[in-house]
Amino acid sequence: MVLFVCFEQLSPIFLYNSVSWSTLAMNTTVVAQLQRQFQDYIVSLYQQGFLDSQFSELRKLQDEGSPDFVSEVVSLFFDDCSKLINTMSRSLEQPDNVDFKQLDSGVHQLKGSSSSVGARRVKNVCISFKECCDVQNREGCLRCLQQVDYEYKMLKTKLQDLFNLEQQILQAGGTIPQVDIN
Amino acid sequence: MSRDQIAEELPNLAESKLTALVVDDSFVNQTIHQKLLNRLGIENDVVTNGKEAVDVYCSGRNYDLILMDMDMPIMNGIQATKRLREMGIESKIAGVTTRANEGEKQEFMEAGLNDFQEKPLTISKLLSILHKLNFYVQT
Repeated sequence: MVLFVCFEQLSPIFLYNSVSWSTLAMNTTVVAQLQRQFQDYIVSLYQQGFLDSQFSELRKLQDEGSPDFVSEVVSLFFDDCSKLINTMSRSLEQPDNVDFKQLDSGVHQLKGSSSSVGARRVKNVCISFKECCDVQNREGCLRCLQQVDYEYKMLKTKLQDLFNLEQQILQAGGTIPQVDIN
Repeated sequence: MSRDQIAEELPNLAESKLTALVVDDSFVNQTIHQKLLNRLGIENDVVTNGKEAVDVYCSGRNYDLILMDMDMPIMNGIQATKRLREMGIESKIAGVTTRANEGEKQEFMEAGLNDFQEKPLTISKLLSILHKLNFYVQT
């Protein structure tokens, strides 16, 4: 009886209730597992070249005041990708009338955006894309356009999975691990 | 030395908050640059091209620092920097761009920049700009 009273005084949530104790224990394990999953996944994204250190810089900027900062910025980036790829596709439509200047401008913008969010593979395709523009290689440009479309969509899926893991951790009452990549 | 004499010697340690203008046509970069500035406690506004930057100054607003992108529609960073300097604007202007070849960098600097940094910006690059321009912030 004395023990029961002490517990109540110490913390209202620790009621003499075996179900609460085991739920708490299970939650802690679940959180740890999710955190481990998150850590492994994000490290793999860096190792496979999907992301570079700039993504890590963006994560550092996320805080309590802006808990969705990273997902908001990458969302803007994916909007950019979609718009620019459409415009560039139109520029490349007519074999005899390719506007390489407009194409170059689009590639430059996409390279800038991808560089700003740490989208390494997308940025690298843009570098090749620019080289094809410079020599007015339409076939090369078409290949690069296809590749950049593929890469941004792939990254979008991967990051969605990452953000879902984050949400799961938060919902289970855990905190998102700080993973520093240099 | 009196407090006023000290303040005169080190005007950048004044109590008023630093202000900055982000000039960039990319929403991605606008968002990142504004967040970086917010993190360092620097009040900031954003415009989407060089002409809007010039218009903002014409309307009487002033900023301690301008983060100026180079490639923008309507009026690019080089043109805007030249225009602002012609108007007698003495705000510190830091060129921020992905274009890094020496010729382009030189042209941008000669337009009237105080500093130049390659994008993408990070906290440490922004601190480097502020340090170079003798601005002091709490980190």
